[in-house]
Amino acid sequence: MQWFDALIQGILLGGMYAQYALGMALMFGVMRIVNVSHGDLVILLSLIGISLASSFGWGPFTVMVALVPLAIALGWLLQKAVLNKVVGDDPLPSLIATFGLSIALQNMMLQIWSANSRSLPGGGIESQSIQIGGIYVGLLPVMVLVFATGLTWGLDLMLKRTRFGRALRAASADVEAASMTGINARAVYASATAIAVGILGFAAVFQSLRSTVAPADGGAQLIYAFEAVIIGGMGSVWGAFIGSMVLGISQAIGFRIDPGFGVLAGHLVFLLVLAVRPQGLFGKV
Amino acid sequence: MTVLSTHGLVARYGDFQALYGVDIDVAEGEAVALIGANGAGKSTFLRSVMGLLAVKPEMVRLEGQPIGGTPTDRMVQKGVAIVPEGRRLFTGMSVEDNLRVAIDQADRLGRKGGWTLERLHLLFPILKEKARTGVQNLSGGQQQMVSIGRALLSQPRVLLCDEISLGLAPKVIREIYAALPEIRAQGTALILVEQDVGLAQSATDRIFCMLEGRVTLTGASSVITREQIAEAYFGGSHAVV
Ligand SMILES: Nc1ncnc2c1ncn2[C@@H]1O[C@H](COP(=O)(O)OP(=O)(O)OP(=O)(O)O)[C@@H](O)[C@H]1O
Ligand SMILES: [Mg+2]
Repeated sequence: MQWFDALIQGILLGGMYAQYALGMALMFGVMRIVNVSHGDLVILLSLIGISLASSFGWGPFTVMVALVPLAIALGWLLQKAVLNKVVGDDPLPSLIATFGLSIALQNMMLQIWSANSRSLPGGGIESQSIQIGGIYVGLLPVMVLVFATGLTWGLDLMLKRTRFGRALRAASADVEAASMTGINARAVYASATAIAVGILGFAAVFQSLRSTVAPADGGAQLIYAFEAVIIGGMGSVWGAFIGSMVLGISQAIGFRIDPGFGVLAGHLVFLLVLAVRPQGLFGKV
Repeated sequence: MTVLSTHGLVARYGDFQALYGVDIDVAEGEAVALIGANGAGKSTFLRSVMGLLAVKPEMVRLEGQPIGGTPTDRMVQKGVAIVPEGRRLFTGMSVEDNLRVAIDQADRLGRKGGWTLERLHLLFPILKEKARTGVQNLSGGQQQMVSIGRALLSQPRVLLCDEISLGLAPKVIREIYAALPEIRAQGTALILVEQDVGLAQSATDRIFCMLEGRVTLTGASSVITREQIAEAYFGGSHAVV
């Protein structure tokens, strides 16, 4: 029962990681852009959300409605102003540019919000629990998982079935050949990054509801998202989702073995996957 | 009527000049061949026309309008399409999705024309059979058909083809070349880069032979002789028919 419980907790934790990982799956997995500021953007959006909630007395879902469009605009701007200048076959320029951005964002957040930890008041949902199949689980983690599943489903469908999705996959496969079919790769990439960061708008609300956030916390989110994408396999959205589950379950089980071992267990499973199946669980060889 | 023409086209890769004033033109429904030894500059010429290399606007004209150096995606909008060297399909995507990308963009860019998926399936039936297959799992000939199909679905007025017969079996080459008359019947102008001189002569109206970034011979495909071509190919006097 204890292990079954750990499994459930792990899956729910995986739902949170999936929300970080989806944007990474799109940017790193599909577009091959390394965005080191990924986690800092989650934190930035969280802090903005918390400030909005306290200034206007908004509930978490009103904050979400405001934050997601803001995140989309931020993503679009990020691609237009920074990333379109450094995209190409070589991932190093995007890595360097976003590494600089990451540091700048952290310092800016420290300046505005100080180093204190804050969280988003949830109006009680953070402490409610529901009964599913004889066991009690927190309402909030279930909601996180439901949103994560819905976002994964939507993103996967968009990539496979829409004009935009096909153009993005084509540009990622061969950007020059894509231009030969009439694709404006920069415009497509700007929209894709807008979507990737837009998803972080959801993640930011849930992240700041379930725990506290502080300006320097972005690193952990970056690593979890990165690990989930690698475990799942590059280029697969459902792969990133499953990768998030594997990471969450590993951490939850590790935590049951020894509370200090939880996070490390996740990293070890990541290294194991990298050693045994470097293309990831769902990646093509 | 001339659809596409180049005027003193020069192109360079950094310090290296690859084209030295190339003048080539093609009329509506006409096919011209561009032949020449390896490194002569044939692909460079097509890439320059397509906006993949920086050239001055007046160096490339479409129905008289200067279009040189237009970004490649906008070149497609204007009606120029290319079957690139090495086919350049979208790996990891199915045959149908590769073709759909072109349909999507033609639609987005407002290009109208007679090419549809159904008509392409009549031209190359294998593409229907393999619709769901990943392009990386096709034979070379099938891949070439996808690449040609993708370019046609952009509804081009001018189609640039870079060595579409390279590495294919004679039977497959015949099958692909058999599709060209129907493409021309649509009014589409063709510029074919081709290493096989006999094939180039039989499939086109005029031939341009290039050597080291210059056109060294031009003439009607049916009139030009093997001796003239051999001379233009390898240098010597710069003959013009
Ligand atoms: N990307 C590049 N950078 C530098 N030089 C290049 C590049 N591409 C081609 N060249 C040079 O430009 C010249 C023309 O090359 P190009 O590819 O146009 O020849 P080609 O006629 O298409 O030859 P092939 O029949 O081998 O395809 C060659 O000398 C080649 O080495
Ligand atoms: Mg070539």
